[in-house]
Amino acid sequence: MEHIVIIGNGISGVTAARHIRKLSDKKITIISAETEYFFSRTALMYVYMGHMKFEHTQPYESWFWKKNSIELKQAFVKTIDTENNKLVFASGEDFSYDKLIIATGSKPNKFGWPGQDLNGVMGMYHKQDLENLEKFAPDNKTCKRAVIVGGGLIGIEMAEMLHSRNIPVTFLVRETSFWNGVLPAQESELINKEILNNHIDLRLGVNLQEIKSDANGNASSIIIKETGEEIACNVVGLTAGVSPNIDFIKDSAIETGRGVKVNRFLETNINNIYAIGDCAEQHEAIGERRNIEAVWYTGRMMGETLAQTICGNPTEYKPGHWFNSAKFMDIEYQTYGWVWAKPKENEARFYWESSCNKKAIHINFDKNTRQFIGINTFGIRMRHPFFDKVLTNKKSIDYVLEHLADANFDPEFYKLHEPEIIAKFNKENNTNIKLKKKSWKRIFSKTLNA
Amino acid sequence: MKTIKNIGLITALIGFFIFTASIFTGTNNVTQEIFNTWTSQNVKSDYFINKAQQEIVGKELSTFELSSKIIAIAKESDAFEKGQENINWNKIIKVKWNVTSKNFVYPLVRASATGWVSKNQGLFFFLTFGLAIIGGVLAFGADYKLLGPAGIKNNGIFQHSATNRGYLGMIACIYFVAFYMLLYFYPNYLINPILSVNQISKGLSGNGSSQWFLYGFMYCSVMTVFAIRMFIKYRHNNYQLVRTSVVLFFQVAFAFLIPEILVAFNMPWFDFKNAWPLDYDFFFDLGKDWSLMSQGQVGLFMFVWGIVLTLVIVPVMVYFYGKRWYCSWVCGCGGLAETLGDPYRQLSSKSLFSWKVERWLIHGVLLFATLMTALTLYIFFAEIESWKELAFGITAYDVQSSYGFLIGSIFSGVIGTGFYPILGNRVWCRFGCPLAAYMGFVQRFKSRFRITTNGGQCISCGNCSTYCEQGIDVRAYAQKGENIVRSSCVGCGVCSAVCPRGVLKLENGPEDGRINPTQILLGNDVDLMELVNEK
Ligand SMILES: Cc1cc2nc3c(=O)[nH]c(=O)nc-3n(C[C@H](O)[C@H](O)[C@H](O)COP(=O)(O)OP(=O)(O)OC[C@H]3O[C@@H](n4cnc5c(N)ncnc54)[C@H](O)[C@@H]3O)c2cc1C
Ligand code: SF4
Ligand code: SF4
Repeated sequence: MEHIVIIGNGISGVTAARHIRKLSDKKITIISAETEYFFSRTALMYVYMGHMKFEHTQPYESWFWKKNSIELKQAFVKTIDTENNKLVFASGEDFSYDKLIIATGSKPNKFGWPGQDLNGVMGMYHKQDLENLEKFAPDNKTCKRAVIVGGGLIGIEMAEMLHSRNIPVTFLVRETSFWNGVLPAQESELINKEILNNHIDLRLGVNLQEIKSDANGNASSIIIKETGEEIACNVVGLTAGVSPNIDFIKDSAIETGRGVKVNRFLETNINNIYAIGDCAEQHEAIGERRNIEAVWYTGRMMGETLAQTICGNPTEYKPGHWFNSAKFMDIEYQTYGWVWAKPKENEARFYWESSCNKKAIHINFDKNTRQFIGINTFGIRMRHPFFDKVLTNKKSIDYVLEHLADANFDPEFYKLHEPEIIAKFNKENNTNIKLKKKSWKRIFSKTLNA
Repeated sequence: MKTIKNIGLITALIGFFIFTASIFTGTNNVTQEIFNTWTSQNVKSDYFINKAQQEIVGKELSTFELSSKIIAIAKESDAFEKGQENINWNKIIKVKWNVTSKNFVYPLVRASATGWVSKNQGLFFFLTFGLAIIGGVLAFGADYKLLGPAGIKNNGIFQHSATNRGYLGMIACIYFVAFYMLLYFYPNYLINPILSVNQISKGLSGNGSSQWFLYGFMYCSVMTVFAIRMFIKYRHNNYQLVRTSVVLFFQVAFAFLIPEILVAFNMPWFDFKNAWPLDYDFFFDLGKDWSLMSQGQVGLFMFVWGIVLTLVIVPVMVYFYGKRWYCSWVCGCGGLAETLGDPYRQLSSKSLFSWKVERWLIHGVLLFATLMTALTLYIFFAEIESWKELAFGITAYDVQSSYGFLIGSIFSGVIGTGFYPILGNRVWCRFGCPLAAYMGFVQRFKSRFRITTNGGQCISCGNCSTYCEQGIDVRAYAQKGENIVRSSCVGCGVCSAVCPRGVLKLENGPEDGRINPTQILLGNDVDLMELVNEK
C-alpha cells in the first residue's frame, strides 16, 4: 500500500489527509513537532484571553484519527533524503515515504534586531509562543508593559490579547497608518481610531532599534530607532510578518525560493514530493494573488486539491475569487475581490462610513465599464456566495448596490444601512439606483439574473 | 467602577446570606385552632392526633423541632395502626421523604410560623430580595464600563473558578441543588423565605404566599437581574437584546402575573404558554371537579387552548421560525437558561458521546411523557380510578407521580438548573425536555429555519462550538461550509454573535437549499467544487 507522509499537522496537511482518506485507503502518516493533535492556530489568541481552553481549538476529537486510520507521529524532521525517499528525524530515526507532502507552514520574521532572542521576546505563531506569553505575561504585575513590533493582523491580535489582561501595550508600526499597505487610507484610519479607543499606545511610522536586557537575560526595554526613545517593558512581541518554515529543506534537492517552489499541481521539482499551505510558493502568481499566501482557507483549498491529484485525478490548484476576513478589536472585517490600498488607473472608489465610526464599506469598481472589482466591509457582515457570483458574472457596481439587501449577512434585527449607503452613492455619482427587496430566490439561484 | 462592582457583589451576597440564614431561624407556635384545621384536613389517626396534641400544640418550637416531631409521631402512629388487628389503611400516614414533608408537614408549619420574620415581612423582603436585586444591578451595571467598548468580551471566562468548574462553580452548584431539594421536597424549611413575599402574593391574588409563589417571584427577579447583564453584555447585538426582552416579558407576564391575577378573579391558575408535553400534568385529573373542564367557560377555553397550542401552534411556528420561537423566546426554562445560565453556556460538552447520551435521554423522556399521557387518557375514558392497580401492582397514579418526581422535579429542577455551573445552562433543555424533542423533529425535518454558513469564511477557531449551550459542534458544520440544521438548536444566536469572522446567520428561508452537504467549500475553483460536491 502506498504510504503518504505529510510533514505538518496544520490546516493544509490535515485537510489533505482527510480528503486522501475519503478517496482512498492509502496509508497516511502526519508528522508534526509542535503538538500531538491538529489545532486551529487562528484561535491561539482566544486561549490566552480566556475565551476558550486549548482543547477547544482542536476541531476533531482524539478518536477521530484512529477511526479514520490516519497515523500521527510527533517528531521534528531534520532532513529529507530525496534519493532514498526517507526523512531523518532530530532523534536520528529514519522514516520512509512513497509520497511526501510538505505542509510546514510559517515562522515569525525576525530581522536580526539586537536582543531578539532574549527571554520575554516572542512571536505569536506556535503553541510554544502561547505558553511563553502565559509565562512572561500572566498578568499586569509580572508584565508591566508589553511592546509589539509590527502592525499586521497578528500584531493587532497580540495587542488585543495583552489588553484583555489589562497589560499596557505599546504598538510600534512601521507604516504611517495601520496596515495601510493593504487597507485604503479611510479604513486604515478607522482602525487607528479603534486601536486608540482601546487605550493602546499606537506609535505610527517607527521602527525598532534594539531590545535591551536586564542582568538575567530578560528583556527590559526597547529603543525606537527614529526618536531614540527607550520604553521599559517585560515582553516584546515580534509580529513583523511570517515567512515559510523551510530552513530544514534548504540543503535538500528540493527547489526553494522564499518557500518550496511548486507548480499549479502543487508538485515540487521532485517527482513524489508536494508542498501546500503557507510554505508553498507558486512559480508564477495566480491572478492577482501573491506567490505565497499565508491564509487559512488557501491552505485548506490546497489540501483539498492535492488530495485529488494524489488519488489519481490530477487537479490544478485554482483558487476562485479572493476573499478574506479578520477582526480588529471589536470591528469585523471582510473582503471580497480586490480593494487595493491605492486605486489603479482604471478604478473608481465608493466609500461609506457610519456615524458611529465603527462600520464602513469601500467598493472598488471600473471607472469605464462600472464592473465591480471588490469590496471591503467593516462592522457589516456580507454574504460570500453573493459576491462570488457577482465576481464570476462580472456584474456592475449598480447591480451590487441594487442588491445590497441580498448581500447583507448581519444577524436578524440589526440596523440596515443599505438605504443610507445607496443614497450616498446616488448623490456622489448622480445615479438613481433603487434598493431591491431581499429575495431568497436570487440568493439561492446558482446563476445570476438581473 | 471596580469599587461599585464590589459594593454590588457584597450587597447581593448579604441579601443571599440573610435569605439563606433565615432558613435556620424559623420558630413556630401551633395554636389549637391551627392544629384542629390541619388535622381535620390531613389526619385520620386518633393515635397521631392525641400524641401531637400533647407534644406540639401551644409550644414555642423551632421549625426543625416541629418538623421532626411531626415525622417522628407519624412514624410511631403508623407503627401503632399497623399493629391493630383490623388495619384501617385510611389511618396510615405513610412516611416517604419526597412526599410527607411537602404535603403533610408543610401546611402546618406554614400556618403556625411566628417570630421576627412573620412580623416584619416588608423589612425582611428588603433585606433579602431588595439587597440581592440592588446589589446584582449595581454589580452588572458596572460592567458597562468595566467590560470596555461594546463587543464580545468573554475575557477570562475559562480562567475564573465560577465559570470554569472551579470551587466557586462547585459552591454555586451545591447551593442551587440544595435550594431545589428544599423547594420540591422540604418546603417546610423555607418558611421564612416564603414569608418574605407574602405581602406581594396577597396583593396579587389575595392568597398568602406558597413555596411556588416564592419560586415564581425569585424566578422573575433572577431573570430580570441577569437580563440586565445580558443587555449590557450584548448591547451591540440587537438579536440578543430583542430576544432577551421578549423571553423576560413572557416569563413575568405569562408565567407569573397573569396566572396570579386569574386566581384573584377566582379563575384557575393557568400559564398560557406552557405546552404539553413540557406541561406534563395537563391531562391529569380530567374527570375531577377541580379540572379545567369543570371550571366553566374560562376553564374550557384554557383546555382547548392547551390542545391547540400543542397540536397546531407549536408545529406551525416551528415550521416558520424554528424551535427557537419557543425555546429561547418564550419558554420559562429557556428564559432562565438564557439569563442566569448565560455565564455557564461554555460548559456544555461537545463530544460525540454526549450527543449520543442526549439522543437517548431526550427521546426516552418524550416516550415516557407520551405513554404516561396515553395511560392518563385511557383511564379517563375507560373510567378507571387512578389509584386502581392496572398491572404488576402499578397504578396510573404511580406512573404519573414517578414521572412528576423523576422528570418534573429531579431532572428539570434539581439537575436541570442545579447543575448549570457544571454541565452548562441547558441541561434540561438538551437532555430532558420532551417538548424540545417534539419540536426538534419538526425543526429537523420540516422547517424553514437554519443557520447559514457563509461560504468559505470559517477559520475553524471554535468560538461557536465553545459557546453553544446545546453542545452542538457548530464548527464541524461551518468549516465544511454546511448549514446547521440540528434538531437541538434552540436558536439562541450566540454562536453567530461570538464568531469573529461573520460566518453564521440564523435565518428563516425556503426549504429548498436549506440542507447543503458539501465536501469542497466555496472559494475553490468552480470545476472542483462541482466535481466533488455533486457526484
Ligand atoms: C495568531 C494567528 C492568527 C491567524 N489568523 C488567521 C485568520 O484569521 N485568517 C486566516 O486566513 N489566517 C490566519 N492565520 C494564518 C493561518 O493560521 C495559517 O495560514 C495556517 O495556519 C497555515 O497552515 P499550514 O497548514 O500551512 O501550516 P501550519 O499551521 O503552520 O502547520 C505547520 C506545522 O508543521 C510543523 N512543522 C514545521 N516544520 C516541521 C518539521 N521540520 N518537522 C516537523 N514538524 C514541522 C509546525 O510545527 C506546524 O505544526 C493566523 C495565524 C496566526 C499565527
Ligand atoms: S447552534 Fe447556535 S443558535 Fe443553536 S443553540 Fe447552539 S449556539 Fe444557539
Ligand atoms: S466561530 Fe466562526 S470562524 Fe470560528 S469556527 Fe465557528 S464558524 Fe468558524
